[in-house]
Amino acid sequence: MTGPDLLPSLQPSLQPSLLTHLLRQGDRALVLAQRLGQVITHAPELEEDMAIANISLDLIGQARHLYTYAGEVEGLGHDENHFAYWRSAEEFLNPQLVEQPNGDFAVTIVRQFFHDAYALHYWESMEASSDATLAALAARARKETAFHLRHSQGWVVRLGDGTDESHRRAQLAIDSLWRFTSDLASIPDETELHDSGVVPDSEVGERWRDTVVAALADATLDIPASTSTSTGTSTGAGTDMASSGWQGHHSSHLGPLLEELQALTRAHPGAEW
Amino acid sequence: MSTAADELVFNVEDPELPYVTIGDLGMVRSVDTDGSRVRVVLTPTYTGCPATEQIRDDVAQALRGADFEPEIEFSLSPPWTTDWITPDGRRKLSAAGIAPPGTVDPSSATAVETPIECPRCGSRRTRRLADFGATACKAPYRCEACREPFEAFKAF
Repeated sequence: MTGPDLLPSLQPSLQPSLLTHLLRQGDRALVLAQRLGQVITHAPELEEDMAIANISLDLIGQARHLYTYAGEVEGLGHDENHFAYWRSAEEFLNPQLVEQPNGDFAVTIVRQFFHDAYALHYWESMEASSDATLAALAARARKETAFHLRHSQGWVVRLGDGTDESHRRAQLAIDSLWRFTSDLASIPDETELHDSGVVPDSEVGERWRDTVVAALADATLDIPASTSTSTGTSTGAGTDMASSGWQGHHSSHLGPLLEELQALTRAHPGAEW
Repeated sequence: MSTAADELVFNVEDPELPYVTIGDLGMVRSVDTDGSRVRVVLTPTYTGCPATEQIRDDVAQALRGADFEPEIEFSLSPPWTTDWITPDGRRKLSAAGIAPPGTVDPSSATAVETPIECPRCGSRRTRRLADFGATACKAPYRCEACREPFEAFKAF
């Protein structure tokens, strides 16, 4: 067996951590895209079906670019489909937030808002990446994500500052999803990538928190008390924060979602459109 | 546009907006001809645009039809922007009832809102009805003057 065929532009010592980074971000986008696919035709209004379909499609596009590049970095001849269809739940590295079920519309939107705020700050920071491929993708994805965030944040404010019922449901959604936000506050084990400038910004989590705090204040919604996302651990009295999806720890919801995503490919290996 | 190959590439229709070409949309970065071999570099629009693969196939087919051997590559850098849509492309969009995009503010990190002109009556009293439309690149609007609904290209 021969070793991987390393990209000439890549520092060999960074190869494993860059591959992990690309899979984390690709899985984040793909898993959320698949979740959103389940909402299409079930949204409360036609415009929302269109929005969710568009956002899902953008996320699939971003995941495809990340996986394609992951294949080049890995150097074993794998294409985008390999990473999407031929890995099991334990191998997926997405944050637990994005695999959570759609729930009611408030849950779908609050989950999207938490995600989009993270994704926008992530892509903004990656435009300065020393990795040319990631910087180019970031310039594209940042603009797409700005549209997503405008949409999800607008809804969070309307639901929170809307009727008693929409406020109640939005607050319930925040309370139930908050424990899955610790992943957005920090990604473990990326020191090498920070030091080399591939992932230039180690404060995406702080920026995420600032955006969320401001938007929830606008929405008259509360951040659950007694938990901390800055350290990724619970301070005790509140909900225990979930363990890190970036490291492959998942809730029981990911397996069935991937089964749905992967069933066709696995039933017909090698089939193409 | 200098060679026959250039012309073939620039004139490929967009699969989702058949009244404009990929040349009109500013997607063609370069066309290099070396004998019968033609190397084309295109800029994709949205990362998830489902028309991307179709465009690649259409460009290849157009070139093969004229006995060229195409080699087609997509390049993300520099990123595509609606500012690259040509004046001709803007006129064609407008004639098809789609308001062309406003100018993108390069200093803005987020999506910008520019006044959109109704492609039917020209009024600027228009309202965005939703963030997302039938394709990734457009949003539904309504003109408050003539009351007609229309689509507008998002400044991107």
